[in-house]
Amino acid sequence: MSAWGTPYQSAVNAAGPQSGRIETLFWVFTILLAIIFVIVIVVLLLTLTRRHRGIQQEPLEQTHIPSGATEHRLTRTVAAATIVTVVVLLGLLVASVGTGKAISGLGTARNGLAVEVIGNQWWWYVRYLNDDASRIVTTANEIHIPVGRPVMIRGTSHDVIHSFWVPNLNGKIDFIPSRVNAQWIEADYPGRFRGQCAEFCGIQHAHMALWVVAEPPDRFEAWMNHQLEPAAAPSDADSQQGQQVFLNHACIFCHTIAGTAALGSAGPDLTHFASRSTIAAGTLPNTKGNLAGWIADPQNIKPGNHMATVALDSADVQPLIDYLESLK
Amino acid sequence: MTAATTPSIDLDRERASLERAWANGRGLLAWLSVTTHQAIGMRYIVTAFLFLLAGGVEALLMRLQLARPDNTLLTADKYNQIFTVHGSTMMFLFAVPMMEGMGVYLVPLMLGTRNVAFPRLNAFGYWMYVIGGLFLYWGLFTNTGPDVGWFAYTPLSGPQFSPGKRVDVWAQMITFTEISAMCVAAELAATILKMRAPGMSLNRIPLFCWGMLVQSFMVLFAMPAVMVASNIFLLTDRTIGTHFSNPAEGGDPLLYQHVFWFFGHPEVYIIFIPALGMVSAIVDTNTRRAIFGYPAMVLSLVATAFIGFGLWVHHMFATGLPQIGEAYFTAASMMIAIASGVQIFCWLATMWTGRIRWTAAMHFVAGFVFIFVLGGLTGVMLAAIPLDLQVHDTFFVVAHFHYVLIGGALFPLFGGFHHWFGKFTGRLIDERLGKLTFWVLFIGFNLTFFPMHILGLRGMTRRIYTYPSEMQWGGANALATAGALVILLGGILFLVNVFTSRRNGEMAGPNPWDSGTLEWATASPPQNFNFLLLPAVTGRYPLWTSFKERIAVTGLRNDRREVLVTTLMDAEPHHRYVLPRSSIWPFVTAVLITIGLIGSVFQFQWYYPGIALATIGFLGWFWPRAQEAEP
Amino acid sequence: MRRLAALTVCLIALSACQREKRDTRPAPIRTAVFGSAARESPLEPGGQLPNYQPSNPYDKSAYAISEGQRLFDWYNCSGCHAHGGGGMGPPLIKQQWIYGGDPANLFDTIVKGRPNGMPTWGGRIPDYQIWQLVAFIRSMNNEEPQSATPVRSDNIQTQPTIRNRVKGVTK
Repeated sequence: MSAWGTPYQSAVNAAGPQSGRIETLFWVFTILLAIIFVIVIVVLLLTLTRRHRGIQQEPLEQTHIPSGATEHRLTRTVAAATIVTVVVLLGLLVASVGTGKAISGLGTARNGLAVEVIGNQWWWYVRYLNDDASRIVTTANEIHIPVGRPVMIRGTSHDVIHSFWVPNLNGKIDFIPSRVNAQWIEADYPGRFRGQCAEFCGIQHAHMALWVVAEPPDRFEAWMNHQLEPAAAPSDADSQQGQQVFLNHACIFCHTIAGTAALGSAGPDLTHFASRSTIAAGTLPNTKGNLAGWIADPQNIKPGNHMATVALDSADVQPLIDYLESLK
Repeated sequence: MTAATTPSIDLDRERASLERAWANGRGLLAWLSVTTHQAIGMRYIVTAFLFLLAGGVEALLMRLQLARPDNTLLTADKYNQIFTVHGSTMMFLFAVPMMEGMGVYLVPLMLGTRNVAFPRLNAFGYWMYVIGGLFLYWGLFTNTGPDVGWFAYTPLSGPQFSPGKRVDVWAQMITFTEISAMCVAAELAATILKMRAPGMSLNRIPLFCWGMLVQSFMVLFAMPAVMVASNIFLLTDRTIGTHFSNPAEGGDPLLYQHVFWFFGHPEVYIIFIPALGMVSAIVDTNTRRAIFGYPAMVLSLVATAFIGFGLWVHHMFATGLPQIGEAYFTAASMMIAIASGVQIFCWLATMWTGRIRWTAAMHFVAGFVFIFVLGGLTGVMLAAIPLDLQVHDTFFVVAHFHYVLIGGALFPLFGGFHHWFGKFTGRLIDERLGKLTFWVLFIGFNLTFFPMHILGLRGMTRRIYTYPSEMQWGGANALATAGALVILLGGILFLVNVFTSRRNGEMAGPNPWDSGTLEWATASPPQNFNFLLLPAVTGRYPLWTSFKERIAVTGLRNDRREVLVTTLMDAEPHHRYVLPRSSIWPFVTAVLITIGLIGSVFQFQWYYPGIALATIGFLGWFWPRAQEAEP
Repeated sequence: MRRLAALTVCLIALSACQREKRDTRPAPIRTAVFGSAARESPLEPGGQLPNYQPSNPYDKSAYAISEGQRLFDWYNCSGCHAHGGGGMGPPLIKQQWIYGGDPANLFDTIVKGRPNGMPTWGGRIPDYQIWQLVAFIRSMNNEEPQSATPVRSDNIQTQPTIRNRVKGVTK
């Protein structure tokens, strides 16, 4: 089924308890309803082909109503079918409500991790919440979670309505400005799962993806600790020049690189930019070539997005790319 | 006025007099002044069909863009405008007006009367609809097409995130089309309740007329909600600085969603219920028996309408609502399947015990059962909140609603076209080409939309202008595009059939299908006055009663447009009612109102002269005319 | 009659042009300071040079005005000018402009900076964004068509007030 989509953004490849329960419910519904569909179509096809045995033709031709006995039999059949329909729907209702309750019961504060995600046009702001302020990590478009631990995704929007959806882990939750909505996700095994904004949010709604990376707990801790550090200082002259380019252009108006003078909050945090696998919310893989193309002309890649097209001297491009890709 | 024996009537004099009284006249002015329901109904049907073609072109463009990953056929901006206009066209400019058009044409014929209750309102509604549709397309062609989805959620559609006049064009198009829909709803409801043939008590009305009656009431309750959402919330936010969706000042983006979907869900039943009526009309004719379970069918229609108003939150399951409320909407969304299910069972029962004649129309009815039931079952899946939270806003939902709308409304509609083509044009449509059209449309439709179920489950969200090749959605999308081209072929076949049958088709005569309802009791196409002698009825299928038992109404004047108004329950004759002749005022009033409505989109101050102009129009319309002297 | 209809159609078609223009691939020109900025003195030595007044390429474009509104907040113009009423900086909704209120003068002010606190933006942000800001400032003063000017902004509160489905987590 490779022509039918990848397994890492798929509701039928559940990787967590919430999505697992949903997938089970999906198969229950699909199989039961498929059987009902087949029965209805078989009846329809039989009306095509059946010969009329025992139905008087004559009354039909004149009165256009079959005999009372026939009507009576039909009444009983239709009534029975209706009752079966009601019973099946009631059963499905119970299954649905039961699954919903089971899923919300999976959320627990015990050992839970809380991640705040804020939708922007057209990227995801991510912040790991913590009672200890020194352990708050801010990043963008990529969320690492520890395997086996419930994670609360709590979010809102800074502009229009977005919707956070990582199908392998759970259903979607809308991020509505002025409201905070939350859902729990949890990964049962390590992996990389792609999510995408699922509420039309403007011209680049198509390019607003995110990655959820589930890691074993020790690797997750290592990642967190690394993210807490300020940005890597430039190690050679090339990167130093790149840092100067960054600080002397419009970049600092929107982006933050912790540990430097760049403290803009309108765009994604770039402190550990090179540790992320994609650029522009999942639009491009994070490579030097892609980054150069993105910075030179972001409107070519994601027309209409809010990143300014900054003019760079050609001598400044390579140092800047080198510097940004050193921000692991 | 009813007589057991036939009084002596000079039928030729009667006919000549009626032709004079009901003539439409010639020339441009007369064409703009027409108030007969057949002409206006046909205009609705043709105009709505043109919008169907336009929406189809937009769909093809979308499918061509999505056929390959990272395609560059359409820019993001153009794609967003096209999918918004596609949705708006199909919902507001094709589906509802088409069903209304079929109703406007067929209902007076089926009820045995000469026109709808409010002929000038009928004309006015049509002009408003056409103007609204043209306004939207003006927008599309001048880069002012709306680009926020057919539902235009705030704050995306608000003044900050949708600059320019694109969304205002959309909002005002809604004003035009909802005014039109409400006009037709009001007149059809009045006609069905009060202008039936004597003896056609409520339990003898054809099921198509029951469908139109239920739909009319739904329109009257649902359309004001979209007027509030699009005009009072959205348009005033955008033009005069209100804060309905600005949370900083006490507004709430979710309020718009509630009010919009309070309309939006009944809207799909407004489209669907007349189609159910058409299915009944086709099935009883082509099985040679009365539809089984008439009371159950009527109650199902009414139940669908009532329950349909209580479902709207199922479009909003992802917005973070209280769980206890959500469970109610799941239950209601599943419950409505019972009503539709009863209807399907009754039709299958009718087909089981009838003597089926497999006309092209019956093919479309069979296709309807297949496609609509499949769509309805995915709808039951969507009613379950956990499932909905996974597939909401993905191509799974796109597949679902195309199955229920195309299967549930378009296939019956095409069946209706093939069934009533002879009545509309006087010549029968070619049956073989009609059956071929059915198969091409059926195969093309399933090829296009079935893969979308899988695409949605595999993560493909809606309203995206492109997707990366790594997602491996390309194969299924290419298949869907191929299916779209097959649907295009089916559409072409249908048009070829229409045009060649109009020229060379077999003459239809009044009742080629030996049907039982009254629209088949007169010439094809009907004269403007419908029936030479108005019928009175004694059963559900007047033309299936023996000739001796048929009764005609006499005594109405034939030198003016006079009809018989009957009582509500038992349709006993109550009084005579004079309908207006042709009048230019509906057209003039529509144009005058348009000046105010369109002007106020660009500069709010146009609202004031607009009111003045509208008043002038209404004054002309309602100016009392001297009554003709009673003989 | 037919020509009149054709002319009307053309006019109607063109009427949307300026307002709905959306340039999403602007050239990232960075004005060198004192480059093509407007002059402040009408006097010229030598003969009369042609009157060069750069006009706003995004004039009357609703999208540009909207982008200007966004940039006004993102680049923190509101920090000194509030939302047009002024604070540390002078108001931007007024009749008497210290350095001129024509589009070219506003461009010049933003590019060059001004004494007493207006920073120099030329060279930092691309020209097209400066023109967008100019369009927005002009729209605040009703100098842009009403149909292209946003009626209000959605100043979303920074603190969300309605919490949904938050089941007992520490933060």
